[in-house]
Amino acid sequence: MNPKDYLAYTLGYQLLGKSYLSWQRHSDERAIKALRPAADDPLNPPLVGTARMKELMSRHYLEGRYANGVRKVAWVTSGAPIEVLRALDFFLIYPENHAALCGARRHAEGLCVEAENAGYSRDICSYARTDIGSALSGRTPMGKLPRPDLLLCCTNICQTVLYWYRVLAAHFNVPLYVVDAPFLYDKASDHQLDYVLEQIEGLIPVAEKVAGKRVSRERLQEIMEQGKSCAELWLTIMDRAQHRPSPITAFDGFINMGPIVDLRGEPETFAFYTELLGEIDRRIDNGVGAIRNERKRVLWDNLPVWYKIGKLSRHLGAKGVNVVVSTYTYAWGELAPMMDAADPMRSSARVYLHPILNRSTGDKLRSMREMVAKFQLDGAILHSDRSCKPYSLGQIDQRDNLANDLEVPAVLLEADHSDPRVYSDEQADARLDAFIETMEAA
Amino acid sequence: MGHAKWIGIDAGSTTCKAVAVGEDGALAAWRIEPAHPVIEDQAARLVEELRSEAGAGAELPVVATGYGRKLVRCASRNITEITCHARGVFRALGQPGMLVDIGGQDTKVIVIGAGGRALDFMMNDKCAAGTGRFLEHSAARLSVAIEDLGPRALASTGEESISSTCTVFAESEIISLVAHGAKVDAILLGLHRSLISRVVAMVHSVGLRTPLMLSGGVAKNPAARAMLEQATGQTVHLPEYPQLMGAYGAALVGLESGAGAADKQA
Repeated sequence: MNPKDYLAYTLGYQLLGKSYLSWQRHSDERAIKALRPAADDPLNPPLVGTARMKELMSRHYLEGRYANGVRKVAWVTSGAPIEVLRALDFFLIYPENHAALCGARRHAEGLCVEAENAGYSRDICSYARTDIGSALSGRTPMGKLPRPDLLLCCTNICQTVLYWYRVLAAHFNVPLYVVDAPFLYDKASDHQLDYVLEQIEGLIPVAEKVAGKRVSRERLQEIMEQGKSCAELWLTIMDRAQHRPSPITAFDGFINMGPIVDLRGEPETFAFYTELLGEIDRRIDNGVGAIRNERKRVLWDNLPVWYKIGKLSRHLGAKGVNVVVSTYTYAWGELAPMMDAADPMRSSARVYLHPILNRSTGDKLRSMREMVAKFQLDGAILHSDRSCKPYSLGQIDQRDNLANDLEVPAVLLEADHSDPRVYSDEQADARLDAFIETMEAA
Repeated sequence: MGHAKWIGIDAGSTTCKAVAVGEDGALAAWRIEPAHPVIEDQAARLVEELRSEAGAGAELPVVATGYGRKLVRCASRNITEITCHARGVFRALGQPGMLVDIGGQDTKVIVIGAGGRALDFMMNDKCAAGTGRFLEHSAARLSVAIEDLGPRALASTGEESISSTCTVFAESEIISLVAHGAKVDAILLGLHRSLISRVVAMVHSVGLRTPLMLSGGVAKNPAARAMLEQATGQTVHLPEYPQLMGAYGAALVGLESGAGAADKQA
């Protein structure tokens, strides 16, 4: 540990930063509580807990600014087996989450252009372009990202990450560990599990070497237990959308999912979601819905359109449409039952083999059909995400199946999760409005 | 024109259509013009013309549809083209089924259910291939009048393959074909084939239903109809005024809402 870095970390993050963010959170909470929406506002006031989420995420990125020289830093994919790294006290950066924040704060386009100017094709995922553009230019709305000491990439979400992380490895000149997850066309076989398990076990000596210390089995078990508790809590929150009117929207899920992605298993994350669940349950007790006049309940498939979350929630809310659940936010909770602290390594292998993006398109359709029944849905919006090919693959058939077999009106919305140049308000509104009209006619 | 009850206006990307319907839902009067960049003014003028023709003054209520629907200030409601086309064609042809509407920049495939309700739909996105604009561009490049496109394509004995479905790239292909001495009519046939193949893919994606119906400006092109029939093996039914169906449907939605002039703002 570098004493100068440690001093800056203690002063900038531990003492001043945390206190400021805590004050900021109190101020945000007061502001949300004081909100009195206009009579024609289609949405009820946002969840007060959102202020805590903002504090947690800001704190995380603030710590990142001071992390180099104090904590070992790993950049990891969203589906990476991070338990080993957490057990070794790595500070984790999720470039996908960073890119999503850039998208939501409307910084993604400029960073994508940086990457495009360096020769990266506009057909590459906008998360990858955003992060590569950020790495090349050093620009980020988060102030500064810590330089990685290790890169961990798991191919259970897409193949783009493999090439993206190779670019990062070359750029930062740091080791890259790849966990290859075979695609599941059906149930995971023992040899597939063994294959992933061997790779996760292989990560231990690599991570230990970078961290300069050994991992203990007890700590790994503890980390798995904490991760499971958070994922279970997140799933419980998502399931509260079964209530009518639903106390939450999928947009609330998108906004509040940062901690379950970046800070999964942290005690503060568990405390935050416990508090959020309490607030949601109070809404249920009082019969308060997330939107004021919930007439239709729909599903969202795929990643959000980060730069249009507010606009879409208002546009749909004004027509009485509540997007109550999404396959994407659900993905961060649905694997909780597979997590087993008694056998952290093998259960890790099972969990990281099974993200929605590593399962067949038929499997996703089954999940969607179950959601239609479970959440009493009237329709489905399938975001055909130009950037996320694996998630969008099969959506035409999935849409047709929902519309024809289940007679659930469903619409494909062509957009991109982070690159606003792919989105056209007029075209999107026309499709969504026509979709709503077909739901009303059904 | 007497007895007009409602006006429907379809402010499309290429043309602006306005129709007035009587109490029985019959078409009473209409206008079609190339779309003006200032939709608001054009729509207001067309509505005014129909109102004065009906002698109804400002009392004749309006429903708007099409891309510019939100800009039609005099409309009491705006509804998407999907619902309006379904309603208009259902009334004109009297049957549920599948409607293919090929407009200036949109191609829509709509499943029409009982009563003219739109049950399912698909629209092209991000690309104007398979729309009227594709033919319009190509016609201009070949110096062929729009109304001659279909007849000349159908009369062709040969066919040149156009592999680009992109409107812009197809133009380069046309230039190359012409430079190599290909016959214009054979190129036209290839262009229609390219357009129809895109449309048929959408039809099959939604799931072909019969009877198959065709509307929109491109429906006036005989080659489009003939080739759609050939590609699907189905008879394609056309309403008498295929280009007016959106505006007609909009007026019918207004009429069916039961609201009259007095409560149109309700």
